[in-house]
Amino acid sequence: MRCTVLRPRNDPSADTRPVGDAVGRTTPRREARAKAMGAAAYTDDIVVPRMLHGAVLGSDYAHARIVSYDTTAAEALPGVKVVLTGDKLSGKLYGKCIEDEPILATGKVRYVGEPVAAVAAVDRATAKRALQLIEIQYEELPAVFDAEAALAAGAPPIHEERKTYGGRVPPIDNPNLASYTQFQEGNVESAWAECDVIVEDTYETPAQQHMYLEPCSTLAIFDQAADQLTIWTATQGVFIVQYAIAKWLGMPMSKVRVIAPYVGGAFGGKGGLTNQPIAAALAVAAAAPVKLTYSREDDMMMMKSRHPSRIYMRTGARQDGTLVAREVRIYLNTGAYADEGPFVNAIAAGFSRGPYRLPNIKTESWCVYTNRLKAGGMRGFGVPQANYASELQIDAIANKLGRDPVALRTQNALVTGDKFLGGQNVDHGTLNGCLEAVRRASNWETRRHKQAVTPGKLRGIGVASAAHVCAMNGAGATAKLNEDGTFTINTGAVDVGQGSDTVLSQLAAGVLGISLDQIKYAAPDTDFSPYNHQTGGSRTTYTVGVAVERASENARDQIFEHAGEMLECSVDDLELRPGGLVGVKGDPARQLTFTSIAKRALFNTGGPVMGIANWVYEAERFDPKRTLTAGFTPNAVGVFCFAALVVEVEVDEASGKVEVVEAWAAHDVGRAINPGAVEGQIQGGLVQGFGLALVEELLWDDGRLVNPSMMDYKVPGALDVPYGIHAIILESPEKTGPFGARGVGEIPVNLAAPAICNAIEHAIGAKLTTIPATGERVLRAMMSVG
Amino acid sequence: MTESVTIDLRINGEVVSLEVETKRTLLEVLRQDLLLTGAKRGCNQGVCGACSVLVDGQSIRSCLSLAVAMQGRDIVTIEGLSDGPRLDPVQQAFLDAGAIQCGFCMPGMIISAKGLLNSNPHPSREEIRHALGNNLCRCSGYVKVIDAVYRAATP
Repeated sequence: MRCTVLRPRNDPSADTRPVGDAVGRTTPRREARAKAMGAAAYTDDIVVPRMLHGAVLGSDYAHARIVSYDTTAAEALPGVKVVLTGDKLSGKLYGKCIEDEPILATGKVRYVGEPVAAVAAVDRATAKRALQLIEIQYEELPAVFDAEAALAAGAPPIHEERKTYGGRVPPIDNPNLASYTQFQEGNVESAWAECDVIVEDTYETPAQQHMYLEPCSTLAIFDQAADQLTIWTATQGVFIVQYAIAKWLGMPMSKVRVIAPYVGGAFGGKGGLTNQPIAAALAVAAAAPVKLTYSREDDMMMMKSRHPSRIYMRTGARQDGTLVAREVRIYLNTGAYADEGPFVNAIAAGFSRGPYRLPNIKTESWCVYTNRLKAGGMRGFGVPQANYASELQIDAIANKLGRDPVALRTQNALVTGDKFLGGQNVDHGTLNGCLEAVRRASNWETRRHKQAVTPGKLRGIGVASAAHVCAMNGAGATAKLNEDGTFTINTGAVDVGQGSDTVLSQLAAGVLGISLDQIKYAAPDTDFSPYNHQTGGSRTTYTVGVAVERASENARDQIFEHAGEMLECSVDDLELRPGGLVGVKGDPARQLTFTSIAKRALFNTGGPVMGIANWVYEAERFDPKRTLTAGFTPNAVGVFCFAALVVEVEVDEASGKVEVVEAWAAHDVGRAINPGAVEGQIQGGLVQGFGLALVEELLWDDGRLVNPSMMDYKVPGALDVPYGIHAIILESPEKTGPFGARGVGEIPVNLAAPAICNAIEHAIGAKLTTIPATGERVLRAMMSVG
Repeated sequence: MTESVTIDLRINGEVVSLEVETKRTLLEVLRQDLLLTGAKRGCNQGVCGACSVLVDGQSIRSCLSLAVAMQGRDIVTIEGLSDGPRLDPVQQAFLDAGAIQCGFCMPGMIISAKGLLNSNPHPSREEIRHALGNNLCRCSGYVKVIDAVYRAATP
């Protein structure tokens, strides 16, 4: 049974629905007040007695053998408590996909900035001074920075031990190859003959930095007497940290507790591990609490980026616009360590087909080690790269055929009942609804054919489609009835700013017919929370939401059992009433409060009311009759989401600088649990995509990162983006989702770069096959077409 | 050796006497000595604006300001903006507009918005964009942030 839920209204002031009707309502974040008052504690804000401060020394070399260490001067500095180097640690390797990474470089360094030594001292300044006193002798090795060059014969070997590494990705007898993925459907070779038009190009995308505003931070507290390690940290997933730290330090998981306080943005960059292992190793060595907060420069030099990619793509279509065949080769530069690279690589391969019917496809992708900063998951997870190439090719075909780009997409869009790559069902093929919504909202035909004129500027309008998934891995939830009739929801899911504490609370409130004020969302804590895989993959609203919905339903059933006995009626005759009441249908006078049920359960009959649910997403496996796979293919992921974006840009004829004038994005989210939060995800995701499309790029000079600061690495500010970013929310309910919801966290990023580059092409008549589309690149493209 | 001096800082309406090294920034003193951790260290080079505080009603970067230069100035941090549990109208507007996501940039963003409204009580959306142009937010895309400030300025 579910409460009656009205359709969402985006303006909270227009919301006149009764208390208890929490789903579909735009409410401020649960913690917004604490954040607005500066009272919300992030990791670096926490101070504990006897706390030491950590600092980390990065490698000066891109690739070098470590010959010797001399830490005596650093150890002798007053105030220094511990100096750690790789040779003093166990040498254990960890990695979510491939166990290839030490806590501190051991034997050799593989990129400039790789942590080689760490210090814990009484204050941060002393720790930093100690780093300068550490002497390390290196023997430089030849380095390689380009993914394809690293796969070439004779390339310097980066991971000589690759074939012995453990982990989920099988060993490979190639020191520079982290993973390889291949999908094939139909018969590409013979399909080219059916094509009337074929387009082919090479695309390059940059190393985008996550640039969460909060640099990575960990407070590790080692209690020697109890032999317990407690870690407060900015992370996307407390359980992944717990598992990795235990494995790395050789402790049982039962001795490691991980808690996430407020997290200042993540976007994939705080997935897996950040600086927790170094902080933990320092804390254990010092037998004291150690806080390790990275400076912005350390964070940019030592953490990770989005995978830079080079994509070779060829697509063919018939004269009538039907897509027939595509061949793709993707090279992802994963840097010195694999991190989540093999998953990213497989997702990029899978999504390089685009959200279209494409019967003949061969896609191969290589996740390649190089001597650069490692790359890992970042919002979109490989899809922004693949979709950029794919969507530019759709426009290239439209141009060759003289077709409208929106109409060509509509003609080929996956619809309900179609299959995605691998044979997975598309249960809600709603791309066409998204395309239609942005076509109308942007007044597409008019703007496409009759541009506003600004002197010295060229205008263009472009479109892109995208798909993503939102279901992945396991989640659990408990819904605990408190003595006063309120509920505490516990899932272990970390709100990294996207709003999941609020949305998951709304789901529970919706099932139980109570207000948000009557729900407490418990902080993620490995000691108390059910297991949850990390925040990522757009999975929290859907995957964790299902667990919350079921746990709340389970609690409601327990309440009904009590109420049936107390009111002497059948459970089938009961209904929930707003505000924490259960009553007999058709009899307004006969009702009970949750409080009275809680007291009965706690003290008389039945024991505490505790709703519990757990599940793991199990997708259809790839259909071997349909799809030939080779190499590493990911776990089941699924529940497809669709979106479309139209952007209008203005290109400065003199400088080539591109400005986004206005944007219209339509996302089918199934059901917007909190429409305002959905708009925030769409607008924020698009702006991150604008940055990827136009300005953001880590740059290296001979292996050394040259722009590791916010001064030199620009992210969009308020003046760089338009106010007119229109988030259009479509709702075709997901039958398996909580209240019909799907995820929305990542898909906006998949849209931005291709829509912008298609708009630039419309403006200047030339393709931007390398992003970011800086003024210089745009000018070059303009000159290439005269 | 580092030189220390004793200064009186007027922070959130109260005067505190502190001995500080002359090289230390206001942000360090706020966060480490006074445990006023609302102002955040995002870049420590004056780019992101997360460390913004009001000095004599104007928004400044506390990471670029030496604490010793603040003697005799009137400093308001995010913790001092509300009147007990009563939020400042700017803070309330950020809640109502749904502008707050991860929240790390928000103390600085709200302080900068307050600084703008102190000098220009009824800014246009364009003026708001310019005034907040140097406060970086990685979550919101700025639309709801601009809405929040506009809402605060338009009773």
